[in-house]
Amino acid sequence: MSSANHSTQSDASGNLLRSLDYSVLQQCMHCGMCLPTCPTYVETGRERHSPRGRIALMRAIADGELEVNANFGEEMYYCLGCLACTTACPAGVDYPNLFETARAEIERKGVLDSRKRRSVRWFALRLVFTRPRLLRALGRLLWLWQASGLQSLSRRTGLTRLLPGQLADLEPQTPRIQRHFSDTLIAPVERPTGPTRHRVAVLTGCVQDLAFSDVNRATVEVLLANGCEVVTPRAQACCGSLHAHNGDTTTARELARRQIDAIDPDSVDAIISNAGGCGSHLRHYDHLLAGDPAYAARAVTWSRKLRDIHEWLAEIGFRRPTAPAHAAAPEPQRVTYHESCHLCHGQKVSRQPREILRALPGVELRECAEATWCCGSAGIYNITQPETAAWLQTRKVGHVQATGASIVATANPGCHLQLENGLKRATPAGAAVPSVVHPIVLLAQAYAAEARATGRAST
Amino acid sequence: MNSTSPQPAARPALPELFLRDLRAAFPESAVLTRHEDLIPYGFDGTAALRQLPGAVVFPRDAAGVAAVLRLARTHRVPVVSRGSGTGLSGGSIPVPGCVVLCLGDMNRILELDTKNLTLLAEPGVITQRIYDTADAAGLFYPPDPGSMKISTIGGNVSENAGGLRGLKYGVTRNYVMGLEVVLADGSTVWLGNKCVKDVAGYNLRDLFIGSEGTLGVITKVLLRLLPKPAARQTLLATYASMDAAAETVSAIIAAKIIPCTLEFLDQRTLRCVEAFAKVGLPTEAEALLLIETDGHPAAVADEAERIEQICRAQSALAVRRAASADEATRLATARRSAFSALARLRPTTILEDATVPRSELAKMIRFINETAARHQVEVATFGHFGDGNLHPTFLTDERNQAEMHRVEAAMKEIFDYALSLGGTLTGEHGVGLAKKAFLPRQLGDPTLELLRAIKRTLDPEGLLNPGKIFD
Repeated sequence: MSSANHSTQSDASGNLLRSLDYSVLQQCMHCGMCLPTCPTYVETGRERHSPRGRIALMRAIADGELEVNANFGEEMYYCLGCLACTTACPAGVDYPNLFETARAEIERKGVLDSRKRRSVRWFALRLVFTRPRLLRALGRLLWLWQASGLQSLSRRTGLTRLLPGQLADLEPQTPRIQRHFSDTLIAPVERPTGPTRHRVAVLTGCVQDLAFSDVNRATVEVLLANGCEVVTPRAQACCGSLHAHNGDTTTARELARRQIDAIDPDSVDAIISNAGGCGSHLRHYDHLLAGDPAYAARAVTWSRKLRDIHEWLAEIGFRRPTAPAHAAAPEPQRVTYHESCHLCHGQKVSRQPREILRALPGVELRECAEATWCCGSAGIYNITQPETAAWLQTRKVGHVQATGASIVATANPGCHLQLENGLKRATPAGAAVPSVVHPIVLLAQAYAAEARATGRAST
Repeated sequence: MNSTSPQPAARPALPELFLRDLRAAFPESAVLTRHEDLIPYGFDGTAALRQLPGAVVFPRDAAGVAAVLRLARTHRVPVVSRGSGTGLSGGSIPVPGCVVLCLGDMNRILELDTKNLTLLAEPGVITQRIYDTADAAGLFYPPDPGSMKISTIGGNVSENAGGLRGLKYGVTRNYVMGLEVVLADGSTVWLGNKCVKDVAGYNLRDLFIGSEGTLGVITKVLLRLLPKPAARQTLLATYASMDAAAETVSAIIAAKIIPCTLEFLDQRTLRCVEAFAKVGLPTEAEALLLIETDGHPAAVADEAERIEQICRAQSALAVRRAASADEATRLATARRSAFSALARLRPTTILEDATVPRSELAKMIRFINETAARHQVEVATFGHFGDGNLHPTFLTDERNQAEMHRVEAAMKEIFDYALSLGGTLTGEHGVGLAKKAFLPRQLGDPTLELLRAIKRTLDPEGLLNPGKIFD
């Protein structure tokens, strides 16, 4: 009955949008339900900067009415890739697929090519984020720079202002590197003290590992506390989301294969991610490796077992902590929750982090307006589109401040840094800057406090 | 369904002098002419209709609108006005060689008058914002078209949009007290005022409501608001047959109950909506009624009770009440997504809105299903049962020409049958391009000639959204 499964005209030039199954493009019936949720449309009020507008451009390319040119390239890199449109879309358009295909085609055609862009992309996508040991070595250097006091010295003396324009703007955004990375904090296999109910693997990430290895440790702690045996392979590579979102599908596939080599999906009950952006990509290894006979089957199992940490805890019925993390605090701690785009829109995990926050004794969850709106971090968007990123950051920080919360919980390293920087800048001198914390860290703290309290009680 | 063309749309160039003057009159960001910028303005929410405009311009006030219309007249360029482009009859689809006049940047709420219960807005204000602004002041703006989260009030007035509350509260027309309109010659007129009673001169305000941008460009809208109902109750009733659901509607109306909302979904629609919204709709049922009553708490409690009894008496499989206001909102929002959610099934969804007197509903529904089966086309039906406004939606693929022809044939029969029952082609979406071919049959020659005479008087050059509604 359906003629929807035919592909667009076979394309000798190899145009990726033309070789895409046409029904994916046709799925958009341009009703406009996505428009009010799209930050770039709301900012500009121009259809081209909207999801249905961008899909119309892709379809024009597939139909041979439009060439892939620099304007199209710029448009597709102006899109945040926040996927808010996918939550709003009643028709179920596969926007992530369209978005990644369009960016891959832009890179294939090289319409945005420049020597600078090429070298930055090569350095980041092909060099640093494919070599976990190199990335960690760079992280170690950065840590030395920060820990030795050289960073603050050069900030104080104004040395950082000598950096070229964009780099000088970015310098304050450099994440604070942790003294210890995950491999030091987490043993390859850790077993719960009580009975083992599940066996899971934990993904430590790349940026997460350098800047938030404490989140990884907390993840292991809460899993152990809930009867999970935890397997954590050493020196893990980047999951490839950075590459897939930036048009480098080849490297993304290579990195996916490496992940599957490192963790046999058949050997565990679940594969746990604690970073919204990574998880969203990790879930789609089945789609990414569908054409690879050696990996396709395992990729399907992988995707089936991939869980966000909050999702997994809710699924297995996590234990509610009984003691507040800060027993001395007289009033409940006011916490608000910022949803990472790729956790709520990409993975549709929205309820579970709130369940965890609500389960924390001594914590009051205050919803903030537009909790599902992008904060402007969006991978490397704050580097490539600083103006729109700053607009979104200001908007987000305003909503957070309006809740009066002293803690913002969020589950993605990019959002974490973006919020931290935004709040620091927006808080008047002398006032307390709200802290940004991963929900799982709060849960781990509550479990720890509970253990201390029980320890005291039993002595 | 004339011009059902997925073919590359031709792009007749605009006169260079017109573009030069336009660029001189507006800032750079307010005039779009690049191909990539124009493609996304080549369509609205209507399936299978596309036409690239020559340019898009975004005025910020009535003076800007007047400037565009004067330039267009000088250079004889057609003007198609547009809000968010969510229309469902092709009313805002460009015509060849036109300039699209997009009113989205005129988006200020100018006044909320709580003494006279009115709200004055620019045409680009989003409908939801009007509802929210009224709501925050304890007031109520009832019209709630499916696209209210993004549709503009100017577009709602131009198409005389309806919604889920039409049965009790009427449509957009019933809430428009005044309009500022820029005419084809660039002059500006005010039609109406804040008076509840006003019989001075012809009622020209009503002429512009639903005129689909063919008579002038609306630049301000004065809306009537109501006090917010103190209570609401939503009920869901499921049925094993569409007939039983239709009979329930007749029984509720016959019992002299006017609910605020009385919506119907068939099983296909039900399943698509549930797949998207996940609000716990019973997908095994053949038909579902979503009913809401609002008003004084005692009246609401009484009506809800009587409605529930009627549903059970008409052999409803189950009747459930929404537990909270939140759940009621979620259910109504889910219902509003019905049309778009149906796109999950097939690539092209062609939505109709044939409307019949309520007593003829069951007959009309049966005919739609028989006709679809006879022409071997897929149809899903949902709609506003309480006001006789049906949305039979054809699920097809615009690239399959043979199937598209069968859809057109089935559609024509459905229109003819609706008219034979004393109905109308369109209850709330407008005629635009999509239903233009069928309009002469409904109106007849003398009425159509009257429409033409009005059009000639207000737009002698024929530059305002030409070719829409009628030729």
